[in-house]
Amino acid sequence: MDLDSITEVVAPRTRAALPAWRPGDAWLAGGTWLFSEPQDGIGRLIDLPSLGWEPHAVTEQGLQIGATCTIAALGRLELPTAFSAAPLIGRCCRALLGSFKVWNAATVGGNLCLALPAGPMIALAVALDGECLIWTPEGGERRLPVRDLVRGPQETALAPGEILRRIDLPAAAFRRRTAFRRLSLSPNGRSGALVIATLDPAGAFALTVTAATRRPVRIDRPGLPGAADLAAALAAAIPDGLWYDDVHGAPDWRRHVTGLLAEEARAELGGGGA
Amino acid sequence: MRLTVNGTEHEVTPRAGQCLRTLLRELGWFGVKKGCDAGDCGACTVHVDGEPLHSCLVPAFRAAERSITTVEGLGGPCSPRDGVPAALHPVQAAFVAAQGFQCGFCTPGMVMTAAALDQGQRQDLPAALKGNLCRCTGYRSIADAIAGAEGSAGSSCEHNPPAPASTAIVSGRARYTLDLDLPGALHLKVLRSPHAHARVLRIDAEAALALPGVVRVLTHADAPDRLFSTARHQNPADDASDTRVLDSVMRFVGQRVAAVIAESEGAAEAGCRALRVEYEVLPACLDPEQALTPDAPPVHGARPTGEDAPPLHPHPNLAAEAHGEIGDVAAGLAAADVVHEGTYRSQRIQHAHLETHAALGWRDPDGRLVIRSSTQVPFLTRDALCALFDLPREEVRVECGRVGGGFGGKQEMLTEDLVALAVMATGRPVRWELTRTEQFTATTTRHPMRVRVRLGARTDGTLTAIDLQVLSNTGAYGNHAGGVLHHGCNEVIAVYRCPNKRVDGHAVHTHTLPAGAFRGYGLSQTIFAVESAMDELARALNLDPFELRRRNMVRPGDPMVSTSLEPHDVRYGSYGLDQCLDAVSAALSVPPPPAPPGWRTGSGMALSMIDTIPPRGHFAEARIALDGDGRYTLSVGTVEFGNGTSTVHGQIAAQALGTTPDRIGLRQGDTDAVGHDTGAYGSTGIVVAGQATLRAAEALADALRGRAAARLGVDPAACRLDGDAVTAGEARVALADLGPADAMGHADGTPRSVAFNVQGFQVAVHPGTGELRILRSVHAADAGRVMNPVQCRGQIEGGVAQALGAALYEDLAVDAGGRVATPSFRTYHIPAIADVPRTEVIFADTHDGIGPLGAKSMSESPFNPVAAALGNAIRDATGARLTATPFAPDRIYRQVDDAARSGEADLQGASLP
Repeated sequence: MDLDSITEVVAPRTRAALPAWRPGDAWLAGGTWLFSEPQDGIGRLIDLPSLGWEPHAVTEQGLQIGATCTIAALGRLELPTAFSAAPLIGRCCRALLGSFKVWNAATVGGNLCLALPAGPMIALAVALDGECLIWTPEGGERRLPVRDLVRGPQETALAPGEILRRIDLPAAAFRRRTAFRRLSLSPNGRSGALVIATLDPAGAFALTVTAATRRPVRIDRPGLPGAADLAAALAAAIPDGLWYDDVHGAPDWRRHVTGLLAEEARAELGGGGA
Repeated sequence: MRLTVNGTEHEVTPRAGQCLRTLLRELGWFGVKKGCDAGDCGACTVHVDGEPLHSCLVPAFRAAERSITTVEGLGGPCSPRDGVPAALHPVQAAFVAAQGFQCGFCTPGMVMTAAALDQGQRQDLPAALKGNLCRCTGYRSIADAIAGAEGSAGSSCEHNPPAPASTAIVSGRARYTLDLDLPGALHLKVLRSPHAHARVLRIDAEAALALPGVVRVLTHADAPDRLFSTARHQNPADDASDTRVLDSVMRFVGQRVAAVIAESEGAAEAGCRALRVEYEVLPACLDPEQALTPDAPPVHGARPTGEDAPPLHPHPNLAAEAHGEIGDVAAGLAAADVVHEGTYRSQRIQHAHLETHAALGWRDPDGRLVIRSSTQVPFLTRDALCALFDLPREEVRVECGRVGGGFGGKQEMLTEDLVALAVMATGRPVRWELTRTEQFTATTTRHPMRVRVRLGARTDGTLTAIDLQVLSNTGAYGNHAGGVLHHGCNEVIAVYRCPNKRVDGHAVHTHTLPAGAFRGYGLSQTIFAVESAMDELARALNLDPFELRRRNMVRPGDPMVSTSLEPHDVRYGSYGLDQCLDAVSAALSVPPPPAPPGWRTGSGMALSMIDTIPPRGHFAEARIALDGDGRYTLSVGTVEFGNGTSTVHGQIAAQALGTTPDRIGLRQGDTDAVGHDTGAYGSTGIVVAGQATLRAAEALADALRGRAAARLGVDPAACRLDGDAVTAGEARVALADLGPADAMGHADGTPRSVAFNVQGFQVAVHPGTGELRILRSVHAADAGRVMNPVQCRGQIEGGVAQALGAALYEDLAVDAGGRVATPSFRTYHIPAIADVPRTEVIFADTHDGIGPLGAKSMSESPFNPVAAALGNAIRDATGARLTATPFAPDRIYRQVDDAARSGEADLQGASLP
């Protein structure tokens, strides 16, 4: 929609050309959320795609995803065959509420920074040990695990003026086996619970819960837990107030189905036994 | 910056925060529609350098040096002013062939999306089309269009001629309300109340008026000191006059406080933000259950009440009452072997037509006030404006373009009053387009209802008593409060023979957004209650649910009685309820497709009856003229908003005149077209307006035969209309030599007939997650003689789909402060293609003795039995009775879990105990 409060768009080509941050500024990535609601407090847009960041790069360390990489570009990415976790990318792309036409514009960084409980790029990055590279306003950089980036619905650890530059997913995380489960109140609706379980070649187990909770929750175990162990770990990790409550699912349902989905995912990785 | 659109180069300077959608429309590419402006509905889909995008989400500056294709240019280069292209793109042609649209407002986006799909995506439409919403069709015809299926086209009734506007719709050239250049138009925006109940003490407009571009601010001081109802009925006194154009008392969050009129939408919005309003916040009544307590905050003071189901008690929050009893319900319940009592709740839902409410207003060269509006009722709106502003009818014209969906939401005057006031205040053209959020928060909804049902029956299933207590929440204003209550308590029980029936209904005011007319007009809520209760009764009696209905349903000869024995004008014009029940029963006796392991399966059904026309007079006029060139022009008042009546009017006239629909031009939805038309509500586009068309066409046919007979010197009875001539044996006279001629037809909406619908479902439910899958959906309808099976099937599929939204997902939630908590399609989920199963549609074979050419209405009614049939199927599958819609998985899970804990669950999921 038209954002008529906006009077200026700045399109910097280099980091040096970034204007000094001031209240009323907004970073514009894909624009698919920003242009979907009135933004009365925003007067200036700073266009990040103008910076020309590389969408993605596969290195020995793993996958680097530029924050302005579109969901569509990420979904098209061909990864080394050794990356057994690669199919998770497609599943998380498809978990986005927006259509494939939104994928053509929406960005991975935008999905993280919007910090919605159902943000599927958050689920992907937390499950694969993602780390953020952040540009600070003074011209420096800092790194932050994705699981610490998202603090609550539409609340991140980014300070005003900070920019999410890149998300790094380590190669080791891609060598895991993965199990993905998702539920929503309608078949292709906004995720009400999204669970990703992973098992690394050394046997370490991790469970990532998003959508059902106000922020991502990650449970790590040195080995595949039993069903009761996992249920207890979920109960311990997610107190009542952390289950998300909005029109996309009641908290009691989210808690219940998260337990079911987590157990299904655990069982899938354990080959049915445990 | 420069961009190319459909091969046309444009040099433009977009505003900083402008999106591509509005830029394209400003350039004249009106095929780019606004359904949501938020990337959810897909109506604005365009291709940017070949890539499909929601243009409402694309910052306009990013279109620099890009090549854009809109639906107008899909088939080849064109300019904004061009008409329908000679050659359609194959996808556009497929949408015509499959009639993959009704109102057509979503169609440009559907076509542009479909044209961009690869083969894999075409195999997975639920994923590929999740960003494209259609509220009319139920998606079957869209899927068929994409699959390239071809419908068969014939020429007159009982064949399937395509809608006359088909090619214009698929090419984006059909003109909807706002698809009109209005040079010099001002833009109107409204500041809305943040409080559920408040008095406006002061409005300081100084800062707003000082802003560049702001022309005028209108407040309650500028509005006529006169009350009206936004509801539009043939008799305006049906509804309480309780609304002002702008009021000093706020009665719901979202009510108009003031209007800012400016040179641009942005300036008008800035003006709204700059208004300083001082409120005295007052206590609010948000809970309908509390509305009639002695200390409930009153929503209204003294005001004229509506004549339809008027309140009989003095409480200020009582909007309407309906009471009646035949026989002796207490005795009937006492005589029953089994009594079922249950309370069933239907939630607030929104029409969600893809075209939001919008109106344009201007003065024509003669100084007449012209309002072009998205309305189902142009004539009644014209009359309301005349009454409100003391204008004679000759000085006001209300016209419609093609209307992008209605569902009852446009049987209200929600924009035209304020636009008219703005035109009169500024002397300039004014444009007002509601946002999707305004549509959700500040228009109207279905009436939420709580219905307590008591049914008594003997062991053989014979009903001994029906007792309904209805509490309807009409919100802040009384528009349709009485009519919905009255209608909602009628056919739902009139369909059953029972000597003892009683209704006690109350419609109450709360400080929430007003409810209004909605498809089904009260029946969907009460039928959910009664048909759920009938299912419980069948279980208690160990009777097949179809058999219980058969033992009690009315049959020709039985009086159709709700709670009054007064004579009425409803007749059995034809009767096909028995056929409908048999058809659905047979379909459900076939085992369903297999469900996944662990899922429980079951089946359920419900029936409904509806009077084919609203009571107490519904009028239509039609004029048909033979032009000098031997073609006909048919003028009707009724509006086309996806109901398909344009096609049928052409078919009816063509049949009477012995010609083909393509020779009949149609003028519609314009107060200049005919003298009067009550409007396209109550499913009357065919049975009333079509009746007028039939009579006009028959009168003209008579006149033409008479003229030809005189010319040929033969008996008129020997003359036959045949295409472009009248023939008598070998003799022949060309129509072009007989014209000009014209004839009028009238219909008064009485007597009325009854139509029937029966819905059946087979479902699977996952008891752990509450997920529901519809394994089979069957709908049988008695629509009399079906004039256009493709269109009528589409109406039914669309009605079932909309009802599935209401039964499964949609809930216009109001929070503790009275604010709507679901102000977008992202929070208010309407069915997408993934959510709608294919429904098998079966027509009863009947011929109505009342409706035109044997037809009955079939627009609203398919909606009505769906929620109960689904709830009954879930009950059958899980043992859990869901007594409130929507049946979302979180609620199903909880109910199934509760039922299991209380030991009531029939864990086998058998079809009957």
